[in-house]
Amino acid sequence: MSLSKILIANRGEIAVRIIRAAKELGLKTVQVYSSADETSLAVQMADEAVEIGPPAAKKSYLDIDAVLKAARETGADAIHPGYGFLAENAEFADAVAAAGITFVGPSGDVIRRMGDKASARQAATEAGVPTVPGSQGVIDDLNEACRLAENIGFPVMIKATAGGGGRGIRIANSAGEFMALAPQASSEAEAAFGDGGLYLEKVIERARHIEVQILGDGENFIHCYERECSLQRRRQKVWEEAPSAALSSDVRERLCASAVALAAAVRYKGAGTIEYLYDDASGDYYFIEMNTRIQVEHPVTESITGIDLLAEMIAVAGGQPLSVRQEDVTYRGHAIEVRINAEDPAANFMPFPGVVGDLRIPGGPGVRFDHMLYQGYQIPPFYDSLLGKLIVSADSREKAIIRLKRAICELGLDGLKTTAPLFKALAEAPDVLSGDVHTKWLEPWLEANSDKLSSQ
Amino acid sequence: MEIHEVRAMLPGVFYRKPAPSDPNYKEEGDAVSKGDVIGLIEVMKSFHEVISDADGTIRAFKVENEDAIMPGQVLAEIEG
Repeated sequence: MSLSKILIANRGEIAVRIIRAAKELGLKTVQVYSSADETSLAVQMADEAVEIGPPAAKKSYLDIDAVLKAARETGADAIHPGYGFLAENAEFADAVAAAGITFVGPSGDVIRRMGDKASARQAATEAGVPTVPGSQGVIDDLNEACRLAENIGFPVMIKATAGGGGRGIRIANSAGEFMALAPQASSEAEAAFGDGGLYLEKVIERARHIEVQILGDGENFIHCYERECSLQRRRQKVWEEAPSAALSSDVRERLCASAVALAAAVRYKGAGTIEYLYDDASGDYYFIEMNTRIQVEHPVTESITGIDLLAEMIAVAGGQPLSVRQEDVTYRGHAIEVRINAEDPAANFMPFPGVVGDLRIPGGPGVRFDHMLYQGYQIPPFYDSLLGKLIVSADSREKAIIRLKRAICELGLDGLKTTAPLFKALAEAPDVLSGDVHTKWLEPWLEANSDKLSSQ
Repeated sequence: MEIHEVRAMLPGVFYRKPAPSDPNYKEEGDAVSKGDVIGLIEVMKSFHEVISDADGTIRAFKVENEDAIMPGQVLAEIEG
């Protein structure tokens, strides 16, 4: 089976990225869009474009029937879901397959198994991957769960099995707090996700976020090394790099091998990411979750390994084996990605949509800018604020940070407020330069350094 | 009787209630005071309250719940 026409069920910079990969593979492209995205770069670049509804995502990009109708009408034989929207919706993957169309990603069953946090944890344990000490599966009995929490040691995190975006999470510091907070977390999760199931995890106080990129074709499973994404604000990554400067080569090999074991255990097909917390003090790593899709920060991995992750995903979906074997995957140098969002870092990251004025794109050696911008483009206010991603690579982490600063200074984006000034300041922060960061580092730093965040 | 217009300060989506399962903040005919929340604007996945800047009675909402709106657009009229 080889694919000939791919429909992109997404928008923004990732739609542009998918169109580019598909064109290089010789595929025709169909871009679906909401009425707010008629003037988007992706719509202009695709061979065909189909309007699928009004601006609200649930009436357009999340409308499974509308996406499938567009696929049938244009004769698309594959659908790429990108990230967000329907990318990890198992019913969507099932519906695409039932319509006789290839879903670029794993099967609905694998999405279901790895998307549910409690069952993903179970799969990890079975594959021999260390998980954060906590409950096995969903909590049934509150008193029993409280005894388990006492054994693990407070503080413990109470998490919603269907959760996401930080909702349904509570931290209990004592048995009394646990008994009070668990019912709240359950009802919040029930309201937000229609599933009040909870599980428990030990709180790792000072951890790095490290994730392993994996690829599978259902038979062969490989890793493409790790990324570190410890700089986060409100659980959203803002700066990602590869490789992680915190890992010894021994820990790196074990960590990456554990990710491959999990991918093999679920006979994974497509690109995926296995996320871990890494405890600097002990050198221990713990599985937290798996994302069964391409991720925003995939370009840093592409930069250090030379592997085109989107091309691999599409080829595998079309029935081809992976083009690389594990022994051929090597990495070189260091890459950093920063997220250029339409937000004003000097005003508590207030969204700032507007019309793109004069636009200067950074260039030169080791610089890549994946984005959705052009001069005169009116940024729609209905979707997330990601405008583009600036990715730099160099021989060493130190040189990559110097290059990042140089590239940020070249970026000119009139008419909008963006997060660019944040990255200029971070590239000069001593803890960032020395790599001495963790997932709770950025927020206090932002409070202490607010004077450095305005665009002068 | 003076008609006061409450206008959108941001582009985005207008909501008349804090969450889908909640009642509306205000109905037409309700009394409002300066500072009362009468709706929400969602812009790029973040939510911002729409505050009444006059005392009086809500004469009419000029946009529907979940309508797309532009800055400066009239959201509601207050009679005071």
